[in-house]
Amino acid sequence: MTLFEAWLPVILPVIFALVMISVFMGMCAYAVLAERKICSYIQGRVGPNRTRLPLIGNVPILGDFLTGLGIFQPAADGLKFLFKEEITPGHVKLGYYYLAPIIALTPALTTMVVLPFGRYVDAAGVVQPLALANLDVGFLFILAISSLGVYGIVLAGWASNSKYPFLGAIRSSAQMISYELALGVSILPVFMWSAAPGSEYGMSLFGVVQAQETLWIGIWQPLSALIFLVAIFAETNRLPFDMAESETDLVGGFHTEYGAFKFGLFFVAEYAHIIMGSAIFVLLFAGGWHFLPGLADPWPAGPVGAVLSVLWFLAKIAFMIFFFIWIRWTLPRFRYDQVMSLGWKILLPLAVGNLVFNTLLIALIDAL
Amino acid sequence: MATTKEISIGDLGARAGKAEEEINGETMALNIGPSHPTTHGVLRLLAELDGDIITKCEPVIGYLHRGDEKIAENMTYNQFVPYTDRLDYLAPLANNVAFAMAVEKLAALEVPERCQAIRVLCCELARVSSHLLGIGVFGMDAGAWTVFMYTFTEREKLYTLFEELTGARFTTSYTRIGGVARDIPEGWLGRVTDFINGVLPVLDEIDKLLTRNRIFIDRTQGIGAISREDAIAYGLTGPNLRASGVDLDLRKDKPYLGYENYDFDVPIGTTGDCYDRYLLRAEEVRQSVRIIRQVIDTIPDGSFYAEDAKRIFSPPKDKVLTSMEELIQNFMITTEGPQIPAGEAYFEAENPKGALGFFVVSKGGGGPYRLKIRGPSFCSLSILDKLVPGHYMTDITVILGSLDFVMGECDR
Repeated sequence: MTLFEAWLPVILPVIFALVMISVFMGMCAYAVLAERKICSYIQGRVGPNRTRLPLIGNVPILGDFLTGLGIFQPAADGLKFLFKEEITPGHVKLGYYYLAPIIALTPALTTMVVLPFGRYVDAAGVVQPLALANLDVGFLFILAISSLGVYGIVLAGWASNSKYPFLGAIRSSAQMISYELALGVSILPVFMWSAAPGSEYGMSLFGVVQAQETLWIGIWQPLSALIFLVAIFAETNRLPFDMAESETDLVGGFHTEYGAFKFGLFFVAEYAHIIMGSAIFVLLFAGGWHFLPGLADPWPAGPVGAVLSVLWFLAKIAFMIFFFIWIRWTLPRFRYDQVMSLGWKILLPLAVGNLVFNTLLIALIDAL
Repeated sequence: MATTKEISIGDLGARAGKAEEEINGETMALNIGPSHPTTHGVLRLLAELDGDIITKCEPVIGYLHRGDEKIAENMTYNQFVPYTDRLDYLAPLANNVAFAMAVEKLAALEVPERCQAIRVLCCELARVSSHLLGIGVFGMDAGAWTVFMYTFTEREKLYTLFEELTGARFTTSYTRIGGVARDIPEGWLGRVTDFINGVLPVLDEIDKLLTRNRIFIDRTQGIGAISREDAIAYGLTGPNLRASGVDLDLRKDKPYLGYENYDFDVPIGTTGDCYDRYLLRAEEVRQSVRIIRQVIDTIPDGSFYAEDAKRIFSPPKDKVLTSMEELIQNFMITTEGPQIPAGEAYFEAENPKGALGFFVVSKGGGGPYRLKIRGPSFCSLSILDKLVPGHYMTDITVILGSLDFVMGECDR
């Protein structure tokens, strides 16, 4: 018993981490399904509605309903990636070729560690964050790790040793580096307002969410929110910024030479980035798990309230994912140089101007 | 053990002469196609890239060459109609009509008014079908997939109409020399009206999605601009020519099939860029809808084939089975082909992609001695090596999409 208690601090985080990864990967799988279903409805199609699991699928009404919704489709998609022939083109640089998909997915999973996804109010009324690790440097950690995601793409383009992936990788790396700047600058005002100097939270995301209890930051910092939103679209390589894939001219972009599960990893990584981007946007600008602006949280204290707060947070993320998908199937694609000029000539000056304005405002308030 | 390594700096003077080359660096040769999502078929482009900018672009064609012109010499005129389906396979009905018109011009045969009206209907429905695909694919090339799906939904309805009319959704083979294969089915005109009533809202929706979309305008305006002179010099026809500001529409300028009786406008572009070509196609669909409405309102009664052309058009089945003379007529035309007098004729029709011309040489008998096809897509592609250099790599997709070519017609 004592041995178990001694090991508990080690075992519990591992269990939590495993649970979080499974939930997160499940969300990725269903984000793919959501993409396929929502794009179908936007385009006047039906979308996946055939995949059927033997037992549940044969339940009279429920089975047909779930099949029609395509609930079982992600399983089929995943299995397809696993069972496809593992083709490695002869001209690739082997080690890096296999490394690239892993590097693409890892940062998205790692940033998850510092992501608070709910809150727990104990009997004494003290609010605790629900997160694997509530780091004080929270957001810096996310910025640092998610920038590594570009290496997966660059490495894939280089290791493929082929022209189309090469072009895709170059475009994508230039794009991601440019937009990271605007992204980083755009969120500075948020932290300047939410964390006063010497406050206990620092750059932790939990502190930002707690600061939004009455009013979402997105409402009174719309410019920051807008710049951040555009930047995460670019960071996740989604249309209208999908320079890296750009399937009509670069075929598949950086993953042209990848097949089977290696492609699957890239595919999941894209959706993992979308979910992470949505989550961070919700945390920073849309009040995290807080109910609605101006309204007090209706969640009770204790575990029930904690679960409700998590569910509300997930609902907001789901809406953001829907937004991502909605935009993708509505807008045409930018050209590469237009993406760059938007990033450098419009977004970055805007973000810097926004930062300067907020700094002056805070200085003015302090002086008064 | 000591080793010696010799390092030479080289002739500095010679290097200075090449300084510009060294700064500019190398260009990259990029092979696009013949199997590539942007080329819409089996076009191959040999491009040379300087960074992301194209410095050279050479189209390589012929991957879909089937020798249609030679094949035509070994068959009767009616047997060649299915081959015309496969020229511009997005508007097979219009090709069928153009071929039949060319042979009828050689035979100096005038088809009855009802037949002409049916053919106009076919041509305009084919134009709607082809332009819808052109707009949709253009949207897809610019990254707007939803537009493509919207237009494809409409084309599905159109294919159902074609199926009712001709028995085939795609390869229609509807015309015969001297008429059409069968009369229009009962109630079909009403269903065509339903379709054109439905296609206009879809066009409006596409308009909302693309026409004033900032990204779309940035991607297409000023891209791939063809000047008026170039358009004429390269022999462009159809929407690609009109987008450059040349007012040439064979339906207006050399009316055939009674096009002079219908009231419609010919839209003209100003700058000849990709955006103009898109706008032009959208407007042409609306004009085609106008023509279709007029045809439906005024379609005359009468025969759907030239009844007095006894040696050219094989009579309908019910007459063949009941009368001796028609049976013989049917037998002769089936075995020997429509009897066309010796001579030669060239006929051009305003097809969705441009002017599709057939030059028919006959030495009498049932088949052509020589057949030459003038495909508008072939001319549209010839301008690529002048048009593309200087643009970004990504612009290739938009330019190709806006030229709206079909390799089946280019390679023949």
